[in-house]
Amino acid sequence: MLYAILCYHDEDFVGSWTREQDAAVMSKLAAVQDKLKKEGRLGPVARLLPTTAATTLRKDGAPVVLDGPYAETKEQLLGFYIVDCENLDAALGVAHDLGAANPGGAYEIRPVGLFQPGGK
Amino acid sequence: MTDTAWIDTALTSARPQAVGALLRYFRNLDTAEEAFQNACLRALKNWPQNGPPRDPAAWLILVGRNVGIDEVRRTSKLESLSDDEAISNLDDAEEELAERLDGSHYRDDILRLLFICCHPDLPATQQIALALRIVSGLTVKQIARAFLVSEAAMEQRITRAKSRVAAAGVPFETPGAVERSERLAAVAAMIYLIFNEGYSASGDASEIRKPLCEEAIRLARLLLRLFQSEPEIMGLTSLMLLQHARAAARFDADGQIVLLDDQDRTLWNQKMIVEGLALIDKAMRHRRSGPYQIQAAIAALHSRAARPEDTDWAQIDLLYATLEIMQPSPVITLNRAVAVSKVHGPEAALQMIEPLGERLSGYFHFFGVRGALLMQLGRNEEARVAFNRAIALANTSAEAAHIRTHLDRLMQDSQQGGTKT
Repeated sequence: MLYAILCYHDEDFVGSWTREQDAAVMSKLAAVQDKLKKEGRLGPVARLLPTTAATTLRKDGAPVVLDGPYAETKEQLLGFYIVDCENLDAALGVAHDLGAANPGGAYEIRPVGLFQPGGK
Repeated sequence: MTDTAWIDTALTSARPQAVGALLRYFRNLDTAEEAFQNACLRALKNWPQNGPPRDPAAWLILVGRNVGIDEVRRTSKLESLSDDEAISNLDDAEEELAERLDGSHYRDDILRLLFICCHPDLPATQQIALALRIVSGLTVKQIARAFLVSEAAMEQRITRAKSRVAAAGVPFETPGAVERSERLAAVAAMIYLIFNEGYSASGDASEIRKPLCEEAIRLARLLLRLFQSEPEIMGLTSLMLLQHARAAARFDADGQIVLLDDQDRTLWNQKMIVEGLALIDKAMRHRRSGPYQIQAAIAALHSRAARPEDTDWAQIDLLYATLEIMQPSPVITLNRAVAVSKVHGPEAALQMIEPLGERLSGYFHFFGVRGALLMQLGRNEEARVAFNRAIALANTSAEAAHIRTHLDRLMQDSQQGGTKT
């Protein structure tokens, strides 16, 4: 089963990291990703630009374009992983490893229903 | 990240919201700051034991408010409160938060906090120092270092700014729409001032002052999160990201200025460029142009050019023409002339800046540009005069050194008896 691991964190907090702190977190995460890659279990990984760069299209009724992220919450969606896991426990294990590399915030683990890796 | 590093980051990121809210409660900057400091001390004791609160800012506001109230009561009674009376003895404030905190004010709290720093009575240097101290939470020592003054002098500058703000009266009522947009514009200008303090530094100072650019970008992002549909705030954020993206390429190893044409573009920070381009792209959709957006669009055209010769100078010329109409200023015309020289040649550019001579007679860049144009035209003697004037007006040793390299080239040319074509 493919699992999406969605990364939530307080953007103010992550935005207050110094460049060195940011780089340190990224290299720790890379170590976890490398392990998954070697096992052939790592799908696409994305780090999203800050929500200030986000635009939302409301499609109920006449479509309206709004600035900012969809939900105004304390913690924002900052990125995601797609990982191939045996079961939920295994997916939680991966999230646990990622969390050890980058504490704080939360991961939402969602089974993937349909996955099209590319447009072709 | 270690425990203490985690807490430091949380305190820094919560600071604008927490101090802003405490200022609303206490209506006094010093009391608010002191309450925040006390709350931070408690956080340093409490958080490592009880784990991080879900909402650090809310925790700090509640604890800060209670500590501050106790403080006020203590002072007014001129005696110490017994432990039973004190309301600040919370082991963990977390559970009380939901009911007791009204978060709906936070946008105006932060805006107010930024706005009082740009009070028109304060000279620019005091505005910046005050914002860096109160909103960003830099220490007096850090700010003094960035401004290359002694800690005592900076302390005095900040104290003076604070008393001026206090005397002027802080606007506490919730602002109306017009007032809010005026505040936003003043705050944007102040953030850009902070950025320019960092950006215009050169040589050794550029490394020391780089944090000012980063802090300005952080404040702009904060403002943009609060006011998500303001194209000028998007433009300002984009502009600063695109300019700062070139930081690593703007000076060589000896601290000498490297001009845009000569910069190693692989040193440009692509991450910042991507974000800057995304923001200006988003801003333009609003079709409500403004000076920050135009300047960001100009910076974007430079960022998009993989090589100097790929730069769309004709479009840059047009954008400067628009900016001239919005904000007529000889400095903007001078910048436009550089674009004109690329599109129509140095002669046309020289004609364009000729009428500016009187108003820019004390401006380093005017003589730098004039000298470069004259040099391109082979009018070496006039170029030499312009460059000498530029050196006399240089603000930094790096600027002077940069002009001297031009003079050296002129010297070589004349020794070889030839003129530059």
